[in-house]
Amino acid sequence: MQGRILGYIRTNSQPFNPSMTAPITLSARNLCRRYGQRDIVQNVSLELKQGEVLGLLGHNGAGKSTTLQMLTGVLAPHAGEIDICGFNLRLQPDQAKACIGYLPETPPLYREMRVDDFLTFAAKIHRVPQDRVAASLIEVKESCGLQECGNKIIGTLSKGFQQRVGIAQAIIHHPQVIILDEPTVGLDPTQIRDIRALIRKLGDSHSVILSTHLLSEVENICDRVEIMQKGRLIYGDSSVRMQQYGHQPGFVVTLLAPPPLGELESIVGVERVEALSDTRFRIMHTLNASTSAVLLALAAERGWQAQQLTPIAGNIEDVFTRITENEPV
Amino acid sequence: MIVTIIRKEFRSLFSAPSTWLILGALQFIFAWFFLARLDAYLQIQTQLAQVANAPGVTLSVAAPLFGTLALILMMLIPLFTMRLLAEERRNQTLALLLAAPISSKQIVLGKFLSLLLFISLIIASCTVMLSVLGWGTNLDFGLLVTNALGLCLLAASYIALGLYLSALTKQPIVAAMSAIALSFSLWLIDVGSADNANLLRTLSPSAHAQSLNSGLILSADLIYFVVFVTTFLLLTIRRVNNNRHYS
Repeated sequence: MQGRILGYIRTNSQPFNPSMTAPITLSARNLCRRYGQRDIVQNVSLELKQGEVLGLLGHNGAGKSTTLQMLTGVLAPHAGEIDICGFNLRLQPDQAKACIGYLPETPPLYREMRVDDFLTFAAKIHRVPQDRVAASLIEVKESCGLQECGNKIIGTLSKGFQQRVGIAQAIIHHPQVIILDEPTVGLDPTQIRDIRALIRKLGDSHSVILSTHLLSEVENICDRVEIMQKGRLIYGDSSVRMQQYGHQPGFVVTLLAPPPLGELESIVGVERVEALSDTRFRIMHTLNASTSAVLLALAAERGWQAQQLTPIAGNIEDVFTRITENEPV
Repeated sequence: MIVTIIRKEFRSLFSAPSTWLILGALQFIFAWFFLARLDAYLQIQTQLAQVANAPGVTLSVAAPLFGTLALILMMLIPLFTMRLLAEERRNQTLALLLAAPISSKQIVLGKFLSLLLFISLIIASCTVMLSVLGWGTNLDFGLLVTNALGLCLLAASYIALGLYLSALTKQPIVAAMSAIALSFSLWLIDVGSADNANLLRTLSPSAHAQSLNSGLILSADLIYFVVFVTTFLLLTIRRVNNNRHYS
């Protein structure tokens, strides 16, 4: 559990896969949206299961925010249908919207209101029953770390706390689907860590979609990734698999008494050896080859004095660049 | 749901110091006009006593005061309506309402009613001030009530107009300027027309408030106000809905 809350630990362990039987909370089919003659979003289809965190990734202007606005009913799509928890957003907007919590890019805060008043207002317009409002308020303030700020005026809070109020507003009515548009923009590293932990925690019981252009965010908290470019979804997979996209396995090894390069190259599975210094070598090998084990055995046998072996982790930035540049649009 | 929005708008209204300042200043202005009218009435009272069927104190003090209030409201209401939707749009808080399970109709009606309630408070305070005269003389309460009703209807139409203009723009100040300009020109049509039968004059809300000002409740006037307010409210709802389509 702890590992799931702290995302960065989790990605190194087994990926969290929502079971195949988890109910689908959000499904969007063939969404299209135009601004004038320009197609901003074309044929986007998304599905989200309960307990899943989906990262929507893309450059600026890729259509992420527009897509999220359509999913929340703020913007009407020119074509396509959206179902939220079984309710059609166009035909039964009230029921469907009651299942959504939405944090837009700019948190929608009334700056002159007090935090408590604002959150109570948010709870009421999201149809939290009157007798549950007070309890929800306490609960949400606790999970967003706002206990101390209840009486403060929103305009006087720092950016990080305003962002928290924004998130609190989105989750106060316990929605099935939480949609967050760039939730960690403009926060300091501690706040980013806290908010990511919070999102991860929310992702255990709710479905979360978050848009971002911070790749580390995807790496840390998302189960699944969809990459958007020029209004289309061009890639979708689990975030763990994405990191392995087109990535060649390899490692960096330190040998205090190295053999000639040729000897290293002749080890089974090795494709390329690069000397980083006199004692450090970067070795790339083919998939599924146990090159590192063979090399360590040889090192012990021939006295190369192996000291440190670091696998090269898939760099998500590289992967992202590769995907967005490869894709013909 | 509408009640929630009304409450929130009311809270926002009273959390701004400027609201209290305006309320205070208005009370001062009313009191000033009231005393001035009363003074004038006392001076001509002896002459009036000789006239058969002379106008009473309600007609000569209260009615003009309400007329002045109508003018003040015309200038004042746009300053309140301007922030209702334009500011929400500028601060991007409209997304909160649009993403919540409330319809555009509820959003618009909530905002309209909250401001109407607030303006009614101003009108009520003025009415209470005038009814103080009841201690010294016989007041025509019927005339007082029709006047207050007329002002409420007039205020409702100015609010509906201002709300629509506020829905059209992102800049509150543009909304205020255009609302003042429009209601001022409607008023000018009224005062500028040569005779009462002028067709253009029937467009002006202040022209229709005049019969109420003299204590006359005409169904034509009531229908006019209902049509005027509904039209602009429907246009506003449409505009907020279109926000989902075109913005």
